[in-house]
Amino acid sequence: MTQHPVVVLDHVTRRFSAAPALDDITLSIDRGEIVGLIGRSGAGKSTLIRCLNGLDKPQAGRVLIDGQDITPLGENALQPVRRRIGMIFQHFNLLSAKTVADNVALPMKIAGRPAAKRRKRVLELLDMVGLADKADVWPSQLSGGQKQRVGIARALASDPLLLLSDEATSALDPETTQSILDLLAKVNRDLGLTVLMITHEIEVVRQIASRVIVLDRGRVVEEGPVARVMASPQADTTRSLLRGLSPTLPRDLAALLAPAGDQALVRLDVHGPDARRPLLDMIAQATGHPARLLHGGLNDVQGIPYGRLFIALGTANPQKVQAALAALTPHTTAIEVLGHVPRDV
Amino acid sequence: MSPAMFDLLLRGLKETLIMTGVSGLLSFLIGLPLALVLVTTDRGGIFEAVTLNRVLGLVVNGLRSVPFIILLVAVIPLTRLIVGSAIGIAAAIVPLTIAAAPYFARVAEVSLREVERPLIDAARAMGATRWTIVREVLIPEALPGIVSGFTVTLVTLVGASAMAGAVGAGGLGDIAIRYGYQRFETEVMVAVVAILVVLVCGMQWLGDRLARALDHH
Ligand SMILES: Nc1ncnc2c1ncn2[C@@H]1O[C@H](COP(=O)(O)OP(=O)(O)OP(=O)(O)O)[C@@H](O)[C@H]1O
Ligand SMILES: [Mg+2]
Repeated sequence: MTQHPVVVLDHVTRRFSAAPALDDITLSIDRGEIVGLIGRSGAGKSTLIRCLNGLDKPQAGRVLIDGQDITPLGENALQPVRRRIGMIFQHFNLLSAKTVADNVALPMKIAGRPAAKRRKRVLELLDMVGLADKADVWPSQLSGGQKQRVGIARALASDPLLLLSDEATSALDPETTQSILDLLAKVNRDLGLTVLMITHEIEVVRQIASRVIVLDRGRVVEEGPVARVMASPQADTTRSLLRGLSPTLPRDLAALLAPAGDQALVRLDVHGPDARRPLLDMIAQATGHPARLLHGGLNDVQGIPYGRLFIALGTANPQKVQAALAALTPHTTAIEVLGHVPRDV
Repeated sequence: MSPAMFDLLLRGLKETLIMTGVSGLLSFLIGLPLALVLVTTDRGGIFEAVTLNRVLGLVVNGLRSVPFIILLVAVIPLTRLIVGSAIGIAAAIVPLTIAAAPYFARVAEVSLREVERPLIDAARAMGATRWTIVREVLIPEALPGIVSGFTVTLVTLVGASAMAGAVGAGGLGDIAIRYGYQRFETEVMVAVVAILVVLVCGMQWLGDRLARALDHH
């Protein structure tokens, strides 16, 4: 089997008016990946995803789906390509005049599958998303989470190669979001489906994406494995999107910070196995003073620990502080002396 | 009420029902496709053809701006051409249809336009052909509104068919004018009005029920 990427964007530019919504974007997505696409409102996320199934067309560059360049294709020629791409939406976009079963069956009807086969597959799909008993109800009778499950079943009905998700969990409460994410992860695992998901909820990416792409004003400003990006974000946009997740110095401690004082306060970012080292002991050995964890903690991205710690070194002596920094630097992704705090903080 | 009068009213009712029913059916068959063309050929529509859309819009507006009583007379040559006569029920159906079809087209157009763009995009994203979008999305989603609009059209046709009495089409309106107004037979007038009220209320009730049954929002 040839292993070309499922999606390739090759110098894609899409502009509506003055500022481009997509500005010379180049990226690729491999088979079986779950890629998170994050960015502020207006960054161009929806435009990018719409370019992948030809709902929108770039003015420059190429979009390749499973090796096929879809940019020159007209509305009719795009139809077979679209039948291989499932899409789920923030507001579900279910047809109100069709029952749940008929909604799920629609992509198969479009693909020309006979009615008897459709019904069987619909029931399988509804069973998979946990709605086997809702086949013959109207979408308006379902909760938001149930509607999105129908949306997912519908998107999977044509056995797609690629699943596109535009803010699929943004209209749902945290618990329902969790169940939808679990479902997407299961679909990815069991069917080997490639998933591209747009979200502004970094938490969603943290849980199920393997790779993250950060978009800002139509440009890719950062890209990489989720664990790496979350532990040491390089772009300002990423850092500000992550801000909500990483701990910041509490107000009372921040108020105590001074250029000089009894002991230095350092902030360190840790990632991977280093995060589980006896960091406080290492500091104590380097300085000869007991170090204290004042704030922060560890989290994990898909089994890989990362975190941010605020540690008081127990001394303000410049040589000792330097020794502590020297001991820590090989094991941290970032380290910074924030200032000094009193001995009895 | 004399048996003769009863027969007269019954015949009038039958004529009104035929005029309304046939011109209603024709208006539906002409108006719905017209509405679909008006919606889908508009800018950003799935069959975008802006010039055609403008021209069609003008024709529809033109027809709708002619008062029915004038249309009734103005289309007499056309009516002769189509039904071979300018008098009678069949003759009345021509102007009634010409008046009601554009009216229904506009009413149906409003409902079709209310089908949200994201729903159409969802169908496009599934790889639906444009005809499939019309058949599976546009019409079913707009159906409750189309049914309500058709009910209004039918009710309007009942009223207009009374005017069609002027071209010798008969019907309840004709009876009301000839007996009730010209011969001062108030009793006939009252009976006609009562029948029309029941007829219109019945239609409206049925239309509302059907629209509600179809609406799964
Ligand atoms: N159809 C359109 N016509 C004109 N401008 C558009 C259109 N669609 C998007 N834009 C513009 O392109 C830019 C990117 O929009 P896009 O919808 O892709 O952003 P987004 O990242 O999905 O934002 P959000 O998180 O709010 O959904 C915005 O500046 C938007 O105003
Ligand atoms: Mg968007």
